[in-house]
Amino acid sequence: MTEHYPVLILLVPLFGALLATLLGSERQVACWFTALIALGGSSILAIGNICALLASAEGELRYRMGGWNENSGYEVGIELRIDMLAALVVAAVVIVGFINTIFAKTRVTGEMREKAAFFYALNQLLIVGLCGIVMTNDAFNLYVLIEITSLTSYALIAMGNRRAALSSFNYIIMGTIGASFYLLGVGYLYIKTGTLNIDDIHTVLQSGNLWGDTSITIAFILIMLGLWTKMALFPLHGWLPNAYSYAPGVVGSFMAPLMTKVMVYVMLRIMLWLFGGEYIYSSGLVWGELVIWMSIIAIVAGSFLALARTDIKKMLTYLIVAEVGYMVGGAWLANGAGLAGSMYHILSDAAMTFCLFLAAAIVILRTGDHRLTAFNGLFRSMPLTMIGFTVGGLSMIGLPPTCGFFSKWYLISGGIEAGHWSYVAALLFSSLVNAVIFFRIFERAYFGNLKGVADEQLPDDGDCAPLLTLERVPFSMLIPLFIAGASVLLVGIYNNTLVSWLKAAMPPL
Amino acid sequence: MLEESYLPLITWMVSLLAVPAIMLLRKNPNAREGATFVAAFAKFALVLAMLPAVMAGGVLRFSFGEILPGIPLEFRVDGLGMLFALVASSLWILTTLYAVGYMRGLKEHDQTRFFACFAVSISATIGVAFAGNLFTLYLFYEMLSLSTYPLVTHHGDKAARSGGRTYLSHLLGTSVAFVLPAMIYCWVKSGGDMSFTDGGFLAGKIGAGDGLIVLLAFTLGFAKSGLMPFHSWLPNAMVAPTPVSALLHAVAVVKVGVFCILRVFTGVFGIDTLKDLDITTVVTYIAGFTVITSSLIALTQDNLKRRLAFSTIGQLAYIILGVSFLSANGITGSAMHIAMHAFGKITLFFCAGAIFMATGKKYVSQMVGIGRQMPVTMTAFLLGSLSIIGLPPFGGAWSKWYLFLGALDADQMFMAVILVISSLLNIAYLLPVAVNALFRKPPADSEGIAISGIREAPAACVIPLSITAVAGFVIFLFPDLVFDLAQLLIANG
Amino acid sequence: MEFLAAGFIEDHIVPKFNYWIYVILMMIGLYAMITKNNLIKKLIGMAVFQTAIILFYVSIGVKEESGIPILSHGQHHAIVDEGRPSEEVITKEKFANPLPHVLMLTAIVVGVSTLGLALAITQRIYISFNTLEEDEILDQLRRGGHD
Repeated sequence: MTEHYPVLILLVPLFGALLATLLGSERQVACWFTALIALGGSSILAIGNICALLASAEGELRYRMGGWNENSGYEVGIELRIDMLAALVVAAVVIVGFINTIFAKTRVTGEMREKAAFFYALNQLLIVGLCGIVMTNDAFNLYVLIEITSLTSYALIAMGNRRAALSSFNYIIMGTIGASFYLLGVGYLYIKTGTLNIDDIHTVLQSGNLWGDTSITIAFILIMLGLWTKMALFPLHGWLPNAYSYAPGVVGSFMAPLMTKVMVYVMLRIMLWLFGGEYIYSSGLVWGELVIWMSIIAIVAGSFLALARTDIKKMLTYLIVAEVGYMVGGAWLANGAGLAGSMYHILSDAAMTFCLFLAAAIVILRTGDHRLTAFNGLFRSMPLTMIGFTVGGLSMIGLPPTCGFFSKWYLISGGIEAGHWSYVAALLFSSLVNAVIFFRIFERAYFGNLKGVADEQLPDDGDCAPLLTLERVPFSMLIPLFIAGASVLLVGIYNNTLVSWLKAAMPPL
Repeated sequence: MLEESYLPLITWMVSLLAVPAIMLLRKNPNAREGATFVAAFAKFALVLAMLPAVMAGGVLRFSFGEILPGIPLEFRVDGLGMLFALVASSLWILTTLYAVGYMRGLKEHDQTRFFACFAVSISATIGVAFAGNLFTLYLFYEMLSLSTYPLVTHHGDKAARSGGRTYLSHLLGTSVAFVLPAMIYCWVKSGGDMSFTDGGFLAGKIGAGDGLIVLLAFTLGFAKSGLMPFHSWLPNAMVAPTPVSALLHAVAVVKVGVFCILRVFTGVFGIDTLKDLDITTVVTYIAGFTVITSSLIALTQDNLKRRLAFSTIGQLAYIILGVSFLSANGITGSAMHIAMHAFGKITLFFCAGAIFMATGKKYVSQMVGIGRQMPVTMTAFLLGSLSIIGLPPFGGAWSKWYLFLGALDADQMFMAVILVISSLLNIAYLLPVAVNALFRKPPADSEGIAISGIREAPAACVIPLSITAVAGFVIFLFPDLVFDLAQLLIANG
Repeated sequence: MEFLAAGFIEDHIVPKFNYWIYVILMMIGLYAMITKNNLIKKLIGMAVFQTAIILFYVSIGVKEESGIPILSHGQHHAIVDEGRPSEEVITKEKFANPLPHVLMLTAIVVGVSTLGLALAITQRIYISFNTLEEDEILDQLRRGGHD
């Protein structure tokens, strides 16, 4: 039974999605319940997966789809490969999906009554796609899953207002360019190696010593460009802020923590397992330097753009752009600490972004205001929500013992080991800007409207007023927020364990 | 002599456990303050319980387990930590009494939040005092910055907001920008070990060039010490209610800053390493500059609390100056000055608050002749001033004596002269306040000062300030405890 | 002007004309997606772009003198039975590589669904803004047409 966990993680929400569609929007409580059961089941399976992995001696699980026998002599069939990194990211994906489903109920009822069934179906399908991306060991299958994920996310985003439709359209254009570049790169690799299995490609590259080949270089560049577009690395980030902030709130709150992070995971996977560290870091000294500088620009630009926003969600989305820079930079530092930091940051950023988006969603729904003014006086009027927001914010700034501190710790130590001081400076700069951003909000929440100071009017640069206003915040929203906040702290406190697992999964550099 | 013990954990926890009690008892102020008192006395008793073991040269240790690779979250109680914990926990009791009188007397709002944050701040302070490694130190340092923010901005008006901004931007900004990278650099350099050990964990692992940068990053990064140029948060934090200014900005917060720097000198680098690398001269000069400049600025301040704040900046720089001499006497003087200055300065702040309560006056120029109305308060102010100036028979005399000896030992004649000049400046900005208040008649047109009759602040305020003033005298007669704890630092370092 | 030198066309363009065509088509598609003002034109560009990649894949599976990879009756025994006459033995030189073609079936499906979804969203955009010209839409938004 244990050996089938990987595929069951995919199948359970897949059938859940079908069932939700069949049930239809009239029975939306049943749809919600289906999604809850399916994603809850997947979460348990994902945790079981981690346990199975800890128990196994090899440190990885392999699952051949459809029972294709690897001893038959044919390299056919799709393989799932789960190492500790994959298992942790899958667990993060399904658990975020599950918690977000709990969170979604009130809003779906209020915001998208007639589309409820589609929301729950697409929601589960997106989770299936993301988990598939993380687990698959087949380069072309990866493309298909990326597109499944993208298609569902286009549709989910377009469920919002008219600006959401426009943002979704732009996302389609950018997303298709990104995915097509990836597909093209895979084509070049296939021409040269004759296989699509990621491990096999690596073996052929190694045995044939194909690393100097122009086709391989072009494949590498194309794949990286495609993935950077998908993960919104500055300056390819244009689609992200609008798409995530105009999407229905309940969509943004689980796409923001997951999509870019999973794409960073794919990048790591392609870099370290498909091409291999010996290729990326040795011949790529020039690229490495260049990519780190790109990530530095992403961090600085993302921070500045976030600072300039007066809309809560827009601000948070620009912070994601900066965080992507953290991870890309860490991955290219070419040392264990940087890579560990990058991998660990996938988890910790997922936790803190989730926490912040949930808290922001509650604030927006309760106050009906989507600008920073919504926070005025909230420490007094919504103390529980603000506790969650504060935990997420402190993590973004990077104060111990939140997970944001520890990912900075590893990334900075990676930067110091690599002697890349500009990257270290960029991380510290981003911490300081985040401190300004969040303490500006904490200050509003703490002081409220000051006596004798006129209420300020912030420009409405967001145009994403909520479709729904709540009279009071239900526990079905507060509890997910607390779980997210607790996970920010737990991921932080157990960073040592997580990083030792991740380091064990890392291929030798 | 490392000894595993739960006492450091319990001591740290006591004030945290008081927080839920304070929250729950918010409807009943007497019970709420009762909870604070119980926690304060318990904390002091627990610190005293650890004293014999530490005096015997032992180190009490408690570990939460490894948080980062090779770095546990860990408490270690040694001589220096014990000295600081004793000062902070004993003064918390007095400050609580004072705060009750002050907050109730002025009918302040949000008293529950005030006392809760106060308890968290004390916990963080004890956490810093007991921190066994650099990471633990940093954790509680940041915890202290955040938990004191609501206290500094208690009034919730525009001045409080801007004071709070300066406060956080200086403390958080410097700690993230300087301390964090320096700490990680140390971690990389030392190969994953960051425990404060005798002789320093960086000993022999760092060169003079990067050593100087790391040392400066720590010295400037722990901006709670008020070292120039990152000192301006302290005068601005004076918007806080006076009990906060008294305990946090004369004792806990600022002393945490200098304590961290002392730890960096003795536990991170080690005195011998610093001597070999010969990199502390820069710190000596920054501290010397701060001593003189802050005293000169203090002379110009008319707002009493601001004048005291600049005085604090100068006195803190003494401590850093002393340790930067790298001589046994200098370090003894520094460690002793943590305690001596605390008793003197908290008296002065208590007095400033009492004056404000009784008369509503904040400015030195309005306080001429006020001693007739408040003889006890102003006498205490005089005693506190004398201790700060460093005249016998008050505690401050001992620490200044050792600091002076330290300067001579290190052949720093210039700094010895600076210490003398600074003491003269102390006289110039502190004594006139007390002397004018006690020995001159109030001007005829002064409002609010009762010409005849004594109208002191409430007893809850006057009692603590009398105790601390007398303590400044007692500690001169019996400096053994402070001296012995300071000597432990030398013996181990 | 080295690339116009004699022999360049014969060596690099003629034998690899299929790749040149895919590159040209792809550039046309990319150009349309990025620069066109009309949303439908952008989508046409997208379709061209995707088709170019499909063309690329399909052409890498083709070999000279090879047929379609379908086994006629009896041939599937030959692959196991080495004793048969040589013309009946299946060699991979005789058949086009089927894998890229099969992959493209999936890619076509993906392309079609992307296009379908994009058209549906375009329809929604048209209903809300009453135009499909990007500048006019942005203009409407700029003038403060909040929902």
